[in-house]
Amino acid sequence: MNYKWNWGIFWEESAYGSGSGTYADMLLGGLCWTIATALCAAVLAFVLGVVIGTLRTLPSKGWRRATNAYIELFRNIPLLVQLFLWFFVFPELLPEKLGTWLKLLPAGPFLTAVVCLGFYHSIRVALMFSAGINALPAGQKMAASALGLTLPQAYRHVLLPMAFRVALPPLGSECLNVMKNTSVALTIGLVELTASAQGMSEFTFQIFEAFSAATILYLLVNVAVLMLMRILERRTAVPGYVGGKTGQSGGR
Amino acid sequence: MFGEFDFDVIQRSWVYLFTTGMAFTLKLTILAMAGGIVLGTLLAVLRLSKIRAVAAVAGTYVNLIRSIPLILVIFWFYFLVPYVGAWLIGSPQPIKVGAFSSALITFIMFEAAYYCEIMRAGIQSIPGGQVSAGLALGMTERQTMMQIILPQAFRNMVPVLLTQSIILFQDVSLVYVLSITDFVGAATKVARRDGRLAEMYLFVALVYFVMSYGLSLMVKRLEKNTAIGVQGAS
Repeated sequence: MNYKWNWGIFWEESAYGSGSGTYADMLLGGLCWTIATALCAAVLAFVLGVVIGTLRTLPSKGWRRATNAYIELFRNIPLLVQLFLWFFVFPELLPEKLGTWLKLLPAGPFLTAVVCLGFYHSIRVALMFSAGINALPAGQKMAASALGLTLPQAYRHVLLPMAFRVALPPLGSECLNVMKNTSVALTIGLVELTASAQGMSEFTFQIFEAFSAATILYLLVNVAVLMLMRILERRTAVPGYVGGKTGQSGGR
Repeated sequence: MFGEFDFDVIQRSWVYLFTTGMAFTLKLTILAMAGGIVLGTLLAVLRLSKIRAVAAVAGTYVNLIRSIPLILVIFWFYFLVPYVGAWLIGSPQPIKVGAFSSALITFIMFEAAYYCEIMRAGIQSIPGGQVSAGLALGMTERQTMMQIILPQAFRNMVPVLLTQSIILFQDVSLVYVLSITDFVGAATKVARRDGRLAEMYLFVALVYFVMSYGLSLMVKRLEKNTAIGVQGAS
């Protein structure tokens, strides 16, 4: 292989012009955008997901049908196409002035990515949450209503706090998925980590150094999130449930 | 609100979209699915190997691939494959690899990591007594795996494998970053030419929705039909 390795490239001035820092700065800047986008999208996904997941568990059949339609809609269209819909089509559907304003917004790609990823991942949060609520023993809901709590009160004080603790481990891995999927936003011009690495490889032809660095940064974020989640899970685990102290079944 | 939309562009271009774009997407999906399931099963067997080093190598690969974004993996393989190819045949120059082969290798290598986790769960869902029974009958470990464990694991996991394949079908759209003419790529070309991005992407979304939703309904039906009664396919 006649590929010339040059690991010193990260400390060279980047080709974006003076004052833009080194290539290492460029990658770290990309990482910041990745993390910022992922965090905002995760918050949006969580809020939407909790609302939809809760609606799914209500006794009325209408809500179940409506939430199922929502889930199928966002599950069966590729993320890339959804992103294009939000970016290219959504402003067209708005009143003209608002649409033009939205198109010219400098933070447009970032906001689009946040909204798109928020909706896209909200379906999985919703599924985890409704599964969490349904996994609770029926007695809890009965006990709540026997105590005189109304249905909203039962959800607020009994079911949701429990469901959150049961659904926390899958929510953690969903955070990682959000982070990985932010890379799709490079197609609408968001310069996140993957896009920075690609830009660096195009300027320097040090392809493998750029992608190695990006890979390592992604791995570091993964490890950090996993460690954080492990601490959170231990704090919030409900004794007697999966992840709680008792009832571990051995694998083969 | 659709007043200014001109859906005529779809009527003009749908033959091209399907014969060029969708044909590419489907071909890539099916080949990557076949390759990915074979490689994934192999990885799953290696991950459960008794030889620690083998299990560790397979496990590291799977975890590594699963923790980085698909687009980054696409870039990696797009640039890496020519060099690895050159190294394999001893050529001094990086070899030329076509867009399709490059994408195919990428998706096989990437999806194998996901199929591996599914097959691993499938293998682990088979009671350990069956291995002991196979060995007690005088079968070798390899025979036990190939003739007793894997067929059942595979059957149990068919619905999950197919669901993952629907995800793969949607993921293929990401070859867009290599400017390949898959379904989304073809639509983008036409849309840019005619200045009709909105109509085109709405149409693309509709086609993907109908296909993915239809396939997922089929998988659901299959799941009911293939579930093994006693063991349950959970």
